[in-house]
Amino acid sequence: MSTVRVLVGTRKGAFVITSDGARRDWRVEGPHFAGWQVMHVNGSPAEPDRLWASQWTDWHGQVVQRSDDGGRTWEALGNAFGYATEPGTHRWYDGTPHPWEFKRVWHLEPSPDDPETVYAGVEDAALFRSTDGGGTWTELEGLRTHPSAGAWAPGAGGLCLHTILIDPGDPRRMFVAISAAGAFRSEDGGESWELATGGLRSNFLPDPEAPVGHCVHNMAMHPARPDTLFMQKHWDVCRSDDAGATWREVSGNLPSDFGFPIAVHAHEPDTVYVVPIHSDALHYPPDGALRVARSRTGGDEWELLGAGLPQSHCYVNILRDAMAVDAMDRCGVYFGTTGGQVYASADEGDSWAPIVEHLPAVLSVEVQTIP
Amino acid sequence: MSSVRVALPAHLRSLAGIGSEVVVEVAGAPTIGSLLDALEAAHPALAGTIRAHAAGPRRAYMRYHACGEDLSFAPDDAPLPEAVARGEAPFTVIGAIAGG
Repeated sequence: MSTVRVLVGTRKGAFVITSDGARRDWRVEGPHFAGWQVMHVNGSPAEPDRLWASQWTDWHGQVVQRSDDGGRTWEALGNAFGYATEPGTHRWYDGTPHPWEFKRVWHLEPSPDDPETVYAGVEDAALFRSTDGGGTWTELEGLRTHPSAGAWAPGAGGLCLHTILIDPGDPRRMFVAISAAGAFRSEDGGESWELATGGLRSNFLPDPEAPVGHCVHNMAMHPARPDTLFMQKHWDVCRSDDAGATWREVSGNLPSDFGFPIAVHAHEPDTVYVVPIHSDALHYPPDGALRVARSRTGGDEWELLGAGLPQSHCYVNILRDAMAVDAMDRCGVYFGTTGGQVYASADEGDSWAPIVEHLPAVLSVEVQTIP
Repeated sequence: MSSVRVALPAHLRSLAGIGSEVVVEVAGAPTIGSLLDALEAAHPALAGTIRAHAAGPRRAYMRYHACGEDLSFAPDDAPLPEAVARGEAPFTVIGAIAGG
Protein backbone atom coordinates (compact mmCIF):
# COMPACT_ATOMS: atom_id res chain seq x y z
CA MET A 1 0.00 0.00 0.00
CA SER A 2 1.22 3.50 -0.68
CA THR A 3 2.72 5.71 1.99
CA VAL A 4 2.04 9.40 2.23
CA ARG A 5 4.79 11.40 3.90
CA VAL A 6 4.15 15.01 4.90
CA LEU A 7 7.28 17.12 5.41
CA VAL A 8 6.67 20.07 7.69
CA GLY A 9 9.04 22.95 8.38
CA THR A 10 8.22 25.10 11.40
CA ARG A 11 9.63 28.03 13.28
CA LYS A 12 11.19 25.65 15.82
CA GLY A 13 12.04 22.47 13.95
CA ALA A 14 10.99 19.96 11.30
CA PHE A 15 8.41 17.21 11.51
CA VAL A 16 7.86 14.15 9.34
CA ILE A 17 4.29 12.86 9.38
CA THR A 18 3.36 9.60 7.71
CA SER A 19 0.30 7.53 6.96
CA ASP A 20 -0.68 4.73 4.68
CA GLY A 21 -2.75 5.55 1.64
CA ALA A 22 -5.97 5.60 3.62
CA ARG A 23 -4.73 8.80 5.23
CA ARG A 24 -6.65 8.29 8.45
CA ASP A 25 -3.97 7.48 11.01
CA TRP A 26 -0.87 9.66 11.12
CA ARG A 27 2.45 9.16 12.90
CA VAL A 28 4.31 12.33 13.84
CA GLU A 29 8.11 12.27 14.14
CA GLY A 30 10.08 15.27 15.34
CA PRO A 31 11.06 17.87 16.04
CA HIS A 32 14.21 17.47 14.01
CA PHE A 33 16.67 20.37 14.41
CA ALA A 34 14.71 21.51 17.48
CA GLY A 35 14.84 25.21 18.05
CA TRP A 36 15.97 26.09 14.54
CA GLN A 37 13.72 27.70 11.96
CA VAL A 38 13.18 25.13 9.27
CA MET A 39 12.32 27.09 6.18
CA HIS A 40 11.67 24.10 3.94
CA VAL A 41 11.87 20.32 3.76
CA ASN A 42 11.58 18.60 0.40
CA GLY A 43 12.06 15.12 -1.03
CA SER A 44 13.84 13.94 -4.14
CA PRO A 45 11.41 12.68 -6.80
CA ALA A 46 14.21 10.47 -8.11
CA GLU A 47 15.03 8.94 -4.72
CA PRO A 48 12.14 9.53 -2.31
CA ASP A 49 14.00 8.59 0.88
CA ARG A 50 16.43 11.41 0.16
CA LEU A 51 15.16 14.51 1.93
CA TRP A 52 16.60 17.98 2.11
CA ALA A 53 16.05 20.55 4.85
CA SER A 54 16.95 24.20 5.19
CA GLN A 55 17.50 25.18 8.81
CA TRP A 56 18.39 28.64 9.92
CA THR A 57 18.59 31.04 12.83
CA ASP A 58 19.66 34.64 13.15
CA TRP A 59 22.37 33.47 15.54
CA HIS A 60 24.02 30.75 13.48
CA GLY A 61 22.93 31.39 9.93
CA GLN A 62 22.27 28.71 7.36
CA VAL A 63 22.59 24.94 7.65
CA VAL A 64 21.49 22.43 5.01
CA GLN A 65 20.67 18.91 6.10
CA ARG A 66 20.12 15.75 4.10
CA SER A 67 18.51 12.47 5.06
CA ASP A 68 18.90 9.30 3.03
CA ASP A 69 16.47 7.25 5.09
CA GLY A 70 13.25 9.18 4.84
CA GLY A 71 13.94 11.53 7.71
CA ARG A 72 15.10 9.19 10.47
CA THR A 73 18.71 10.39 10.42
CA TRP A 74 20.24 13.55 9.01
CA GLU A 75 23.63 14.86 8.00
CA ALA A 76 24.70 18.49 7.88
CA LEU A 77 26.08 19.38 4.44
CA GLY A 78 27.76 22.31 2.79
CA ASN A 79 26.42 25.68 3.88
CA ALA A 80 28.70 28.09 2.03
CA PHE A 81 26.51 30.17 -0.25
CA GLY A 82 28.79 32.69 -1.87
CA TYR A 83 27.60 34.84 -4.74
CA ALA A 84 29.54 33.94 -7.86
CA THR A 85 30.39 37.50 -8.81
CA GLU A 86 30.69 40.76 -6.94
CA PRO A 87 27.20 41.37 -5.56
CA GLY A 88 25.62 44.53 -6.79
CA THR A 89 22.81 46.41 -5.18
CA HIS A 90 19.05 46.07 -5.12
CA ARG A 91 16.50 48.56 -3.91
CA TRP A 92 16.07 48.76 -0.15
CA TYR A 93 12.80 49.43 1.70
CA ASP A 94 13.53 53.14 1.72
CA GLY A 95 14.26 53.17 -1.99
CA THR A 96 18.03 53.47 -1.70
CA PRO A 97 20.51 50.99 -3.23
CA HIS A 98 21.42 48.17 -0.85
CA PRO A 99 24.17 45.58 -1.27
CA TRP A 100 23.22 41.97 -1.89
CA GLU A 101 23.73 39.91 1.30
CA PHE A 102 23.13 36.19 1.71
CA LYS A 103 20.78 35.50 4.60
CA ARG A 104 19.07 32.10 4.24
CA VAL A 105 17.64 29.42 1.98
CA TRP A 106 13.88 29.70 1.52
CA HIS A 107 13.25 26.80 -0.83
CA LEU A 108 15.04 23.60 -1.83
CA GLU A 109 13.93 22.02 -5.11
CA PRO A 110 15.45 18.63 -5.93
CA SER A 111 16.02 17.72 -9.56
CA PRO A 112 13.20 15.57 -10.91
CA ASP A 113 15.61 12.97 -12.26
CA ASP A 114 19.03 13.33 -10.57
CA PRO A 115 19.20 12.67 -6.82
CA GLU A 116 22.57 14.45 -6.58
CA THR A 117 21.23 17.73 -7.94
CA VAL A 118 19.22 20.18 -5.89
CA TYR A 119 18.44 23.88 -6.33
CA ALA A 120 18.26 26.43 -3.53
CA GLY A 121 16.32 29.68 -3.68
CA VAL A 122 17.86 32.15 -1.27
CA GLU A 123 17.55 35.57 0.32
CA ASP A 124 18.90 38.01 -0.91
CA ALA A 125 17.42 36.64 -4.08
CA ALA A 126 19.59 34.25 -6.05
CA LEU A 127 19.50 30.69 -7.28
CA PHE A 128 22.12 28.13 -6.26
CA ARG A 129 22.65 24.57 -7.43
CA SER A 130 24.47 21.60 -5.93
CA THR A 131 25.37 18.67 -8.15
CA ASP A 132 27.23 16.73 -5.46
CA GLY A 133 24.40 15.92 -3.12
CA GLY A 134 24.61 19.17 -1.20
CA GLY A 135 28.34 19.23 -0.49
CA THR A 136 28.97 22.42 -2.43
CA TRP A 137 26.76 25.13 -3.87
CA THR A 138 27.29 27.20 -6.99
CA GLU A 139 25.30 30.26 -7.87
CA LEU A 140 23.57 30.42 -11.24
CA GLU A 141 24.39 34.09 -11.42
CA GLY A 142 22.52 34.81 -14.62
CA LEU A 143 19.45 35.44 -12.51
CA ARG A 144 20.97 37.84 -9.96
CA THR A 145 22.74 39.72 -12.73
CA HIS A 146 19.57 40.12 -14.79
CA PRO A 147 19.34 43.71 -16.05
CA SER A 148 16.28 44.31 -13.88
CA ALA A 149 17.98 43.27 -10.61
CA GLY A 150 18.81 46.77 -9.44
CA ALA A 151 15.08 47.47 -9.23
CA TRP A 152 14.23 44.39 -7.16
CA ALA A 153 13.03 45.29 -3.67
CA PRO A 154 12.33 43.13 -0.62
CA GLY A 155 8.83 42.32 0.49
CA ALA A 156 8.05 42.20 4.19
CA GLY A 157 9.78 38.82 4.44
CA GLY A 158 12.91 39.95 2.67
CA LEU A 159 14.18 39.79 -0.91
CA CYS A 160 13.54 36.08 -1.21
CA LEU A 161 13.55 33.59 -4.04
CA HIS A 162 10.79 31.33 -2.76
CA THR A 163 9.44 29.41 -5.76
CA ILE A 164 11.34 27.07 -8.07
CA LEU A 165 9.38 25.11 -10.69
CA ILE A 166 11.10 22.62 -12.97
CA ASP A 167 9.40 21.23 -16.07
CA PRO A 168 9.69 17.46 -15.52
CA GLY A 169 9.54 16.89 -19.27
CA ASP A 170 12.45 19.24 -19.89
CA PRO A 171 14.42 19.94 -16.70
CA ARG A 172 16.34 22.70 -18.45
CA ARG A 173 13.13 24.75 -18.40
CA MET A 174 12.66 26.40 -15.02
CA PHE A 175 10.58 29.11 -13.44
CA VAL A 176 11.37 31.07 -10.29
CA ALA A 177 9.56 33.76 -8.37
CA ILE A 178 11.00 36.49 -6.17
CA SER A 179 9.34 38.87 -3.73
CA ALA A 180 9.21 41.61 -4.75
CA ALA A 181 10.64 41.36 -8.24
CA GLY A 182 8.39 39.03 -10.22
CA ALA A 183 8.58 35.75 -12.11
CA PHE A 184 11.39 34.58 -14.38
CA ARG A 185 11.81 31.78 -16.92
CA SER A 186 14.92 29.93 -18.02
CA GLU A 187 15.17 27.58 -20.99
CA ASP A 188 18.80 26.59 -20.38
CA GLY A 189 18.89 25.06 -16.93
CA GLY A 190 19.14 28.33 -15.08
CA GLU A 191 22.06 29.90 -16.92
CA SER A 192 20.01 32.75 -18.41
CA TRP A 193 16.65 34.20 -17.48
CA GLU A 194 13.92 36.36 -18.89
CA LEU A 195 11.09 38.11 -17.14
CA ALA A 196 7.78 36.25 -17.10
CA THR A 197 5.54 39.03 -15.87
CA GLY A 198 3.57 40.19 -18.92
CA GLY A 199 0.09 41.34 -17.99
CA LEU A 200 0.66 41.44 -14.23
CA ARG A 201 -0.73 44.47 -12.48
CA SER A 202 0.20 45.63 -8.97
CA ASN A 203 -1.41 48.80 -7.72
CA PHE A 204 1.35 49.51 -5.19
CA LEU A 205 3.78 50.20 -8.03
CA PRO A 206 4.14 53.69 -9.52
CA ASP A 207 3.43 52.05 -12.88
CA PRO A 208 1.08 49.18 -11.98
CA GLU A 209 1.96 47.34 -15.17
CA ALA A 210 5.72 47.68 -14.85
CA PRO A 211 7.60 44.51 -15.79
CA VAL A 212 9.49 44.41 -12.47
CA GLY A 213 8.51 44.89 -8.85
CA HIS A 214 5.55 42.52 -8.53
CA CYS A 215 5.27 40.75 -5.19
CA VAL A 216 4.67 37.21 -6.35
CA HIS A 217 3.78 35.08 -3.33
CA ASN A 218 3.80 31.63 -4.90
CA MET A 219 3.41 29.81 -8.23
CA ALA A 220 2.28 26.32 -9.20
CA MET A 221 2.39 24.18 -12.32
CA HIS A 222 0.85 20.84 -13.24
CA PRO A 223 3.57 18.57 -14.62
CA ALA A 224 1.39 17.45 -17.52
CA ARG A 225 0.78 21.00 -18.67
CA PRO A 226 3.98 22.93 -18.06
CA ASP A 227 3.00 25.93 -20.17
CA THR A 228 0.18 26.70 -17.76
CA LEU A 229 1.22 28.46 -14.58
CA PHE A 230 -0.87 29.66 -11.67
CA MET A 231 0.19 32.51 -9.40
CA GLN A 232 -0.91 33.86 -6.07
CA LYS A 233 0.30 37.42 -6.10
CA HIS A 234 0.27 39.88 -3.18
CA TRP A 235 -3.16 40.70 -4.50
CA ASP A 236 -4.67 38.77 -7.44
CA VAL A 237 -4.71 35.14 -8.45
CA CYS A 238 -3.39 34.87 -11.99
CA ARG A 239 -2.96 32.34 -14.76
CA SER A 240 -0.62 32.09 -17.75
CA ASP A 241 -1.03 29.66 -20.63
CA ASP A 242 2.15 30.67 -22.42
CA ALA A 243 4.79 29.87 -19.83
CA GLY A 244 4.60 33.21 -18.12
CA ALA A 245 4.81 35.45 -21.19
CA THR A 246 1.34 36.83 -20.45
CA TRP A 247 -0.87 36.54 -17.39
CA ARG A 248 -4.52 37.20 -16.77
CA GLU A 249 -6.29 37.59 -13.47
CA VAL A 250 -8.54 34.67 -12.50
CA SER A 251 -9.57 35.85 -9.04
CA GLY A 252 -13.24 35.67 -10.08
CA ASN A 253 -15.57 35.28 -7.11
CA LEU A 254 -12.92 34.81 -4.41
CA PRO A 255 -13.88 36.58 -1.17
CA SER A 256 -10.35 37.99 -1.17
CA ASP A 257 -7.67 37.51 -3.77
CA PHE A 258 -4.92 38.16 -1.24
CA GLY A 259 -3.14 35.07 0.01
CA PHE A 260 0.11 33.20 -0.03
CA PRO A 261 0.15 29.58 -1.30
CA ILE A 262 -1.31 28.12 -4.47
CA ALA A 263 -1.43 24.44 -5.50
CA VAL A 264 -2.68 22.38 -8.42
CA HIS A 265 -4.55 19.08 -8.13
CA ALA A 266 -2.31 16.08 -8.85
CA HIS A 267 -4.50 14.68 -11.63
CA GLU A 268 -6.61 17.61 -12.84
CA PRO A 269 -4.55 20.43 -14.34
CA ASP A 270 -7.48 22.85 -14.11
CA THR A 271 -8.23 22.24 -10.44
CA VAL A 272 -6.47 24.85 -8.34
CA TYR A 273 -6.39 25.64 -4.62
CA VAL A 274 -5.72 28.89 -2.76
CA VAL A 275 -6.42 30.06 0.79
CA PRO A 276 -8.04 33.51 0.78
CA ILE A 277 -6.64 35.87 3.40
CA HIS A 278 -8.43 39.08 4.29
CA SER A 279 -5.74 41.54 3.25
CA ASP A 280 -2.11 42.55 3.49
CA ALA A 281 -3.05 44.57 6.54
CA LEU A 282 -4.81 41.65 8.26
CA HIS A 283 -2.95 38.43 7.65
CA TYR A 284 -5.87 36.18 8.65
CA PRO A 285 -8.88 34.67 6.91
CA PRO A 286 -11.96 36.75 6.06
CA ASP A 287 -14.58 36.70 8.83
CA GLY A 288 -12.29 34.61 11.04
CA ALA A 289 -13.36 31.52 9.05
CA LEU A 290 -10.66 29.31 7.56
CA ARG A 291 -11.67 28.19 4.09
CA VAL A 292 -9.76 26.81 1.15
CA ALA A 293 -10.92 27.99 -2.27
CA ARG A 294 -11.02 25.46 -5.09
CA SER A 295 -11.52 26.16 -8.76
CA ARG A 296 -12.26 23.29 -11.09
CA THR A 297 -12.20 25.60 -14.08
CA GLY A 298 -8.61 26.81 -13.91
CA GLY A 299 -9.65 29.97 -12.11
CA ASP A 300 -12.44 32.55 -12.28
CA GLU A 301 -15.02 30.30 -10.61
CA TRP A 302 -14.20 29.32 -7.02
CA GLU A 303 -15.97 27.35 -4.32
CA LEU A 304 -15.15 27.75 -0.63
CA LEU A 305 -14.33 24.59 1.31
CA GLY A 306 -14.60 24.80 5.08
CA ALA A 307 -15.90 21.43 6.24
CA GLY A 308 -13.77 20.40 9.19
CA LEU A 309 -11.91 23.72 9.33
CA PRO A 310 -12.54 26.30 12.06
CA GLN A 311 -15.33 28.60 10.94
CA SER A 312 -15.15 31.15 13.71
CA HIS A 313 -12.48 32.95 15.71
CA CYS A 314 -9.72 31.73 13.41
CA TYR A 315 -6.92 34.24 12.90
CA VAL A 316 -4.05 32.17 11.56
CA ASN A 317 -2.17 32.67 8.31
CA ILE A 318 -1.04 30.11 5.76
CA LEU A 319 2.42 30.93 4.44
CA ARG A 320 3.53 30.68 0.83
CA ASP A 321 5.23 27.29 0.92
CA ALA A 322 2.76 25.70 3.32
CA MET A 323 0.33 23.93 0.97
CA ALA A 324 0.86 20.80 -1.12
CA VAL A 325 -0.99 17.86 -2.67
CA ASP A 326 -0.44 14.12 -2.71
CA ALA A 327 -0.76 11.91 -5.79
CA MET A 328 -3.19 9.31 -4.48
CA ASP A 329 -6.05 8.32 -6.78
CA ARG A 330 -8.26 10.75 -4.92
CA CYS A 331 -5.95 13.69 -4.54
CA GLY A 332 -5.14 14.76 -1.00
CA VAL A 333 -4.55 18.40 -0.11
CA TYR A 334 -2.51 19.60 2.88
CA PHE A 335 -1.70 22.92 4.46
CA GLY A 336 -0.10 24.23 7.64
CA THR A 337 -0.95 27.32 9.63
CA THR A 338 0.92 29.86 11.68
CA GLY A 339 -1.10 28.47 14.59
CA GLY A 340 0.70 25.14 14.31
CA GLN A 341 -2.02 22.99 12.77
CA VAL A 342 -1.53 20.87 9.68
CA TYR A 343 -4.83 20.12 8.00
CA ALA A 344 -5.37 17.37 5.45
CA SER A 345 -8.13 16.49 3.05
CA ALA A 346 -8.23 13.02 1.52
CA ASP A 347 -11.11 13.98 -0.78
CA GLU A 348 -9.75 16.83 -2.90
CA GLY A 349 -10.71 19.45 -0.35
CA ASP A 350 -14.32 18.46 0.29
CA SER A 351 -13.59 17.79 3.97
CA TRP A 352 -10.69 18.46 6.28
CA ALA A 353 -9.21 17.28 9.55
CA PRO A 354 -6.03 18.19 11.44
CA ILE A 355 -3.30 15.59 11.25
CA VAL A 356 -1.33 17.40 13.95
CA GLU A 357 -2.02 20.43 16.12
CA HIS A 358 -0.01 22.71 18.37
CA LEU A 359 3.21 22.65 16.39
CA PRO A 360 5.28 25.82 16.18
CA ALA A 361 4.18 28.13 13.38
CA VAL A 362 4.27 26.18 10.13
CA LEU A 363 6.58 27.63 7.49
CA SER A 364 6.37 24.93 4.81
CA VAL A 365 4.55 21.75 3.84
CA GLU A 366 5.54 19.26 1.16
CA VAL A 367 4.00 15.86 0.48
CA GLN A 368 5.53 12.69 -0.94
CA THR A 369 3.45 9.82 -2.29
CA ILE A 370 5.55 6.68 -2.09
CA PRO A 371 4.28 3.57 -3.89
CA MET B 1 49.67 21.56 21.56
CA SER B 2 47.05 22.94 23.92
CA SER B 3 43.85 21.21 24.99
CA VAL B 4 41.29 23.99 25.08
CA ARG B 5 37.82 23.59 26.52
CA VAL B 6 35.04 25.19 24.48
CA ALA B 7 31.48 25.66 25.69
CA LEU B 8 28.90 26.03 22.94
CA PRO B 9 25.26 27.15 22.92
CA ALA B 10 22.54 24.53 22.71
CA HIS B 11 21.81 24.87 18.99
CA LEU B 12 25.45 24.25 18.09
CA ARG B 13 25.82 21.35 20.49
CA SER B 14 22.89 19.58 18.81
CA LEU B 15 24.17 20.47 15.34
CA ALA B 16 27.62 19.04 16.04
CA GLY B 17 26.36 16.20 18.21
CA ILE B 18 28.52 17.11 21.20
CA GLY B 19 28.06 17.72 24.90
CA SER B 20 28.07 20.95 26.83
CA GLU B 21 31.84 21.24 26.48
CA VAL B 22 34.22 19.96 23.87
CA VAL B 23 38.01 19.80 24.13
CA VAL B 24 39.88 21.05 21.08
CA GLU B 25 43.56 20.43 20.41
CA VAL B 26 45.22 23.62 19.19
CA ALA B 27 48.77 23.74 17.85
CA GLY B 28 51.13 26.43 19.06
CA ALA B 29 50.13 29.28 21.33
CA PRO B 30 46.34 29.29 20.99
CA THR B 31 44.56 32.39 19.73
CA ILE B 32 40.88 33.04 19.16
CA GLY B 33 41.37 32.45 15.44
CA SER B 34 43.43 29.27 15.77
CA LEU B 35 40.99 27.89 18.32
CA LEU B 36 38.03 28.44 15.96
CA ASP B 37 40.06 26.96 13.09
CA ALA B 38 40.67 23.83 15.14
CA LEU B 39 37.07 23.69 16.35
CA GLU B 40 35.73 23.84 12.78
CA ALA B 41 38.25 21.27 11.58
CA ALA B 42 37.17 18.86 14.32
CA HIS B 43 33.47 19.57 13.81
CA PRO B 44 32.86 20.65 10.18
CA ALA B 45 29.13 21.15 10.74
CA LEU B 46 30.04 24.25 12.78
CA ALA B 47 31.63 26.00 9.81
CA GLY B 48 29.80 29.23 9.11
CA THR B 49 27.69 29.08 12.26
CA ILE B 50 29.94 31.04 14.67
CA ARG B 51 31.83 33.17 12.18
CA ALA B 52 31.61 33.53 8.42
CA HIS B 53 33.21 30.87 6.23
CA ALA B 54 36.94 31.02 5.52
CA ALA B 55 37.80 32.51 8.94
CA GLY B 56 35.50 35.42 8.28
CA PRO B 57 34.08 37.83 10.85
CA ARG B 58 32.15 36.73 13.93
CA ARG B 59 28.42 36.39 13.30
CA ALA B 60 26.59 39.38 14.69
CA TYR B 61 24.67 37.48 17.37
CA MET B 62 27.65 35.50 18.65
CA ARG B 63 29.78 36.48 21.65
CA TYR B 64 33.04 35.07 23.05
CA HIS B 65 33.52 35.02 26.80
CA ALA B 66 36.36 33.66 28.94
CA CYS B 67 37.61 34.21 32.48
CA GLY B 68 35.00 36.86 33.12
CA GLU B 69 36.04 38.88 30.07
CA ASP B 70 34.16 39.67 26.87
CA LEU B 71 36.58 38.73 24.09
CA SER B 72 34.07 39.30 21.30
CA PHE B 73 35.88 42.31 19.95
CA ALA B 74 39.41 41.04 20.40
CA PRO B 75 41.32 40.43 17.15
CA ASP B 76 41.55 36.89 15.79
CA ASP B 77 45.24 36.72 16.62
CA ALA B 78 44.71 37.71 20.25
CA PRO B 79 46.18 35.01 22.54
CA LEU B 80 43.69 33.16 24.67
CA PRO B 81 43.87 33.84 28.42
CA GLU B 82 46.43 31.64 30.19
CA ALA B 83 43.77 29.74 32.12
CA VAL B 84 41.96 28.90 28.87
CA ALA B 85 45.17 27.88 27.11
CA ARG B 86 45.99 25.55 30.04
CA GLY B 87 42.52 24.00 29.94
CA GLU B 88 41.62 25.33 33.38
CA ALA B 89 38.75 27.53 32.16
CA PRO B 90 36.50 27.24 29.13
CA PHE B 91 36.26 29.51 26.14
CA THR B 92 32.53 30.18 25.92
CA VAL B 93 30.70 30.86 22.67
CA ILE B 94 27.34 32.29 23.58
CA GLY B 95 24.38 33.70 21.70
CA ALA B 96 23.39 37.31 22.26
CA ILE B 97 20.14 37.70 24.13
CA ALA B 98 17.87 38.65 21.29
CA GLY B 99 14.59 36.93 21.94
CA GLY B 100 13.40 33.85 20.16
